[in-house]
Amino acid sequence: MESYGKKATRNGYGDAMLELGRQNPNVVALCADLVGSLKIQGFIDEFPERFIQVGVAEANMMGIAAGLATAGKIPFTGTFANFSTGRVYDQIRQSIAYSHKNVKICASHAGISLGEDGATHQIMEDIAMMKALPGMVVINPCDYEQTKQATLAIAEHHGPVYLRFGRPGWPMFITGEHKFEIGKALQLSEGSDVSIFATGHLVWKAIEAAKQLETEGISCEVINIHTIKPLDEEAILDSVSKTRCVVTAEEHQILGGLGGSIAQLLARKMPTPIEFVGMNDKFGESGTTADLLAKYGMDTPNVIEAVKTVLKRKS
Amino acid sequence: MEIQELQKIASQVRRDIVRMVNQATCGHPGASLGCTDFFTALYFKVLDHNPKFNMEGKGEDMFFLSNGHISPVWYSVLARSGYFPVSELATFRKLDSRLQGHPATHEGLPGVRVASGSLGQGMSVAIGVALAKKLDGDDKLVYCLTGDGELQEGQNWEAMMFAAHNKVDNLIVTVDWNGQQIDGSNEDVLSLGDLPGKWATFGWEVLHMNGNDMADVLKVLAAAKAATGKGKPVCILMKTDMGHGVDFMSGTHKWHGKAPNDEQTEVALAQLEETLGDF
Repeated sequence: MESYGKKATRNGYGDAMLELGRQNPNVVALCADLVGSLKIQGFIDEFPERFIQVGVAEANMMGIAAGLATAGKIPFTGTFANFSTGRVYDQIRQSIAYSHKNVKICASHAGISLGEDGATHQIMEDIAMMKALPGMVVINPCDYEQTKQATLAIAEHHGPVYLRFGRPGWPMFITGEHKFEIGKALQLSEGSDVSIFATGHLVWKAIEAAKQLETEGISCEVINIHTIKPLDEEAILDSVSKTRCVVTAEEHQILGGLGGSIAQLLARKMPTPIEFVGMNDKFGESGTTADLLAKYGMDTPNVIEAVKTVLKRKS
Repeated sequence: MEIQELQKIASQVRRDIVRMVNQATCGHPGASLGCTDFFTALYFKVLDHNPKFNMEGKGEDMFFLSNGHISPVWYSVLARSGYFPVSELATFRKLDSRLQGHPATHEGLPGVRVASGSLGQGMSVAIGVALAKKLDGDDKLVYCLTGDGELQEGQNWEAMMFAAHNKVDNLIVTVDWNGQQIDGSNEDVLSLGDLPGKWATFGWEVLHMNGNDMADVLKVLAAAKAATGKGKPVCILMKTDMGHGVDFMSGTHKWHGKAPNDEQTEVALAQLEETLGDF
């Protein structure tokens, strides 16, 4: 699998919003003073009456979104992942999740890859928070095209959704032939020695790692778990029944992320050696995307190392 | 509907509140009793609403309760106006009931459109509905009730700023200004300061109401309605007497979240005429 250029996942969100505006008159976009970052100027230019600027007031934004949904609109809230989750957890919990409102919580600048802004903005706990909410769908697409597809898809899903994407330009490798379906894992390569389940930006790292491991004679099955909840249990168990060992990779705390969900599934249904690539109970810091991913253990060599470690434990 | 008829309904609603909270052995009678006249006027006279409940509420006035702990008064008024059987009031706060301790949509109780209880969220939701009504060209109004202690939550001030800036003038927010909260008076716990001045400075049309005088409740609700559509959101600062209608509960924060025992319930019910038949 090759990359055909670079673009930020958040651009996929912005471009899809413009399409959604044209497709569905009920779609309403909200933003908390981050229009440029969320790439939704195109939507605003074409549908100014369906754009709601709330200012730096995310709690109010979540409540307004719940109200819009109550009255039959499909609101998409836009701000950074940190301010989309931790800052407004109780508003999401009560007014959106418990009340089962059709709100799409769209979160840019997730993870450490946002870079220089530092740890105040680098949320690595958001998946944990959101997947713990009953009924919440949690999606972390891996590149521009998949973010675009996911944004379009969640408008068709009735119920609350958390969609997480990022800031940096990122390799594009998903094409129109990879159809996005909520809750359906996407197999990117076939392999027999190890299953690598990856989400978000780290899917590309998993692909790079698999390529290098192939040259060393290790056959990796790379599976993109874009939907962390509901988890595609069938696809995971199918792959693991063949490979009998697992590496998970995500730009998130290991505690509470994709790896945890897969480990819980396997512990119940198919106990299997597993290694986790992710943030290991730390806060980040300022730096470039590449330097941060390397320093905090979420780079290609970390995936390779995890594969080699887990293979030693394979029975 | 005449004032006397509304007062008869209010008396029954107060009986319902006392009996529900007594039977549940917990709940929040104080502000429920204080807001009874307001709720009765709203549901039996003011709102253009349909008890054949529809979540989206298109073409209807819609009400949102932000201070969800006063659920007993809301449940009673919803039942008495036909949203669900009055007999269901007996299930309040019990297992498998649609009448949760704090209002929720989760069990499908007709009349409730969003959960509330964690304070400070209702006004934002009401604004969202009001914006949707504007998008849909629906000229009905959105009403919201908040507590006064609840205004200590910062989200309210975000919502107040937003509604004025965006001229959300199809919204009437009423504050139950009883001056009390769980730990004591607002003045002692965290003063709200110049509350009328704050709302006015935030860009709202501010009206005052005696929430325990049915004639004044009707008059001010009519004035509030007349004040909509003029570019400003409307706020009613409603003075109420917490526990109104039951002498030993009146005017104190001590019955904010406490149920009367059987003996106290007898004393309370002796002060409230049964006008529509107890549940």
